[in-house]
Amino acid sequence: MGLFDKDLWSEVFSTLTKNMLRTILTTLGVIFAIIILILLLGATTGMSNGFNKIFAGTAANSMFMWSQSTSIAYGGFERGRHIDFTLEDVEMIKRQVDEVELISPRIQLGDFGGTSSVMRNGQSSGSSVYGDYPTIDQVSKKRIVEGRFLNQNDMDQAKKVCVIGVDTYKLLFNKGENAIGKTIQINGIYFSVIGIFKKNDNINFEGENAVFVPFSTFQRAFNTGDKIGWMAILVDPDKEVSVAETKIKSLMKQKYNVHPDDIRAFGSFDLSEIFKGISAFTLVLQGFAFFVGIFTLLAGVIAVSNILLITVKERTNEIGVRRALGATPKIIKRQIILESIVLTTFAGLIGFVISVALLHLLDYKFGSSSDFPFTNPTVGIGQIVISFILMVGLSMLIGLIPANRAVKIKPIEALREE
Amino acid sequence: MIEIKGLHKSYHMGSNSLHVLKGINFNVKEGELVAIMGSSGSGKSTLLNILGMLDSLDEGEYILDGVPIKNLNETKAANYRNKFLGFIFQSFNLINYKSAWENVALPLYYQGVNRKERKERAVKHLASVGLEPWIDHLPSELSGGQKQRVAIARALAAEPKVMLADEPTGALDSKTSYEVMDLIQKINDQGKTILVVTHEDDIAQMCKRVVHLKDGLIVEDTLVNQVRASEHV
Ligand SMILES: Nc1ncnc2c1ncn2[C@@H]1O[C@H](COP(=O)(O)OP(=O)(O)OP(=O)(O)O)[C@@H](O)[C@H]1O
Ligand SMILES: [Mg+2]
Repeated sequence: MGLFDKDLWSEVFSTLTKNMLRTILTTLGVIFAIIILILLLGATTGMSNGFNKIFAGTAANSMFMWSQSTSIAYGGFERGRHIDFTLEDVEMIKRQVDEVELISPRIQLGDFGGTSSVMRNGQSSGSSVYGDYPTIDQVSKKRIVEGRFLNQNDMDQAKKVCVIGVDTYKLLFNKGENAIGKTIQINGIYFSVIGIFKKNDNINFEGENAVFVPFSTFQRAFNTGDKIGWMAILVDPDKEVSVAETKIKSLMKQKYNVHPDDIRAFGSFDLSEIFKGISAFTLVLQGFAFFVGIFTLLAGVIAVSNILLITVKERTNEIGVRRALGATPKIIKRQIILESIVLTTFAGLIGFVISVALLHLLDYKFGSSSDFPFTNPTVGIGQIVISFILMVGLSMLIGLIPANRAVKIKPIEALREE
Repeated sequence: MIEIKGLHKSYHMGSNSLHVLKGINFNVKEGELVAIMGSSGSGKSTLLNILGMLDSLDEGEYILDGVPIKNLNETKAANYRNKFLGFIFQSFNLINYKSAWENVALPLYYQGVNRKERKERAVKHLASVGLEPWIDHLPSELSGGQKQRVAIARALAAEPKVMLADEPTGALDSKTSYEVMDLIQKINDQGKTILVVTHEDDIAQMCKRVVHLKDGLIVEDTLVNQVRASEHV
């Protein structure tokens, strides 16, 4: 009469199927609990997938750095000295800081430095103008809506080409007008448009009113020499961005005679912090989902236990008969606990099926909309397994209550009860 | 088969205590058919329940088939009941959602007999009480007499040493009562020891020995000329 004894199970099933309506009502609590748990977990996953989609194309392990003015007088220099990074600094950092995988320098006109005028047919757009390496795409991918982004060839040949933002396009072109191949004027110099981009949903420095030209072209056209405005730095995914950041800054401080404690001289932005924040947020959400789910589940299982308690009371006579016929307390106990487990598991399975269907529905509704961060709200096998184990474990524990009540029934008293 | 010496039993309810059995000495040999009589509240059921290990004794000795019955815990009592005893109740006590054969097979289930053999043996016993066509019926589909016959088949199923019947005909009309007694006599004819608690004289006369209880003592213990129930059917 082991646990896998067929008779034990048929005993359990025959008692449960005896009162089908009650069995089903009993399971409702657990069904709802599982639905809530799975929906919450699924929604969390959906949310985190949604965030991931937003951040797709942006390297998590990256940072940006630019130069500002010193705030501490040091090495014979007054405070307030402005520093300009150069291509040489880029090479130096690449050589000396192991954590760095790639640096994409940028120089700009417009918002950060100098003024620019971007014009076409007498219309001016007031766009910022950036001289970029094509490698910037590896740090933060541009969403190209038409044409293409800058490539190495443009760079090598210092072609007078540019990629413009959709806002720039709207300001300079008529609605529906084809921009590719057309020329625009930047500070009096003609560039032909090769692509139009749209901004990412995530971190965005440039906005949609911006013009990208090859770095080399920018250097020559606007006579900026080796000067750069900022660098986008990609750090080895296995290394910490903050470590690289400290190393790079101290290297630059040394080079430019900046006081070691001067935090104003260089500005930087660590993108990995944002990503960490988001994963922490989804982790908290997940924890919350589990927490709420577990308590609903507990409530559901307690409901099962309650009903079983009532059933035990109703079955007093039957239990007495079984005892008189030779059922030991252990056998009675095992049967009631199994009833609890079977009821709960049955309910759990129904709950799983319903909630997975609901998740699909949610995905169908919201999955494709781009304004709502909600994509593919699935629950992992691991989560399902954990919930299931929890559910069975809980039902076993809670089943002990009616089971103990059942074995407390004295056969003689049970038989007297009519 | 049954030896009882100096059996005492009291019930306590709060500060009151009720001395129900006040020193019973009682022996039953194998193959006997004993009627236990007495007025209501005289302790007949109490005695039978103690014999059936459904209740504990306060004082005295109980030996069943040479096995001293003492220091019983619930598990041991359940195993002894299963092995040694068959019960028949006034109210049948069948499990209402199990078919006749499943009810009969229940003691065998607790003995660990496999399902196939259980069914075979249950059907055999149901046939011996004349209920072969009813094996798949639920208790609710059976008459009182049929229910009691199912209960008798169930009591027989585990092939017990002793059968204990507490007013087996108490809920039945006299014709059906005689049919049931006929069955009990036939089982007894095959050598089974049976104790029957009854209020009715005619039923007692169908046993081989009548024991009278009064105020917790045996006041009369006589052998009778057995009346065959079949003559009345
Ligand atoms: N569990 C119990 N707790 C308290 N008193 C009890 C209990 N069981 C029996 N009694 C009392 O013990 C006395 C004997 O009861 P018992 O059931 O043995 O009588 P009986 O001879 O079978 O009566 P009847 O013919 O009515 O069935 C009664 O007064 C009854 O109230
Ligand atoms: Mg009685």
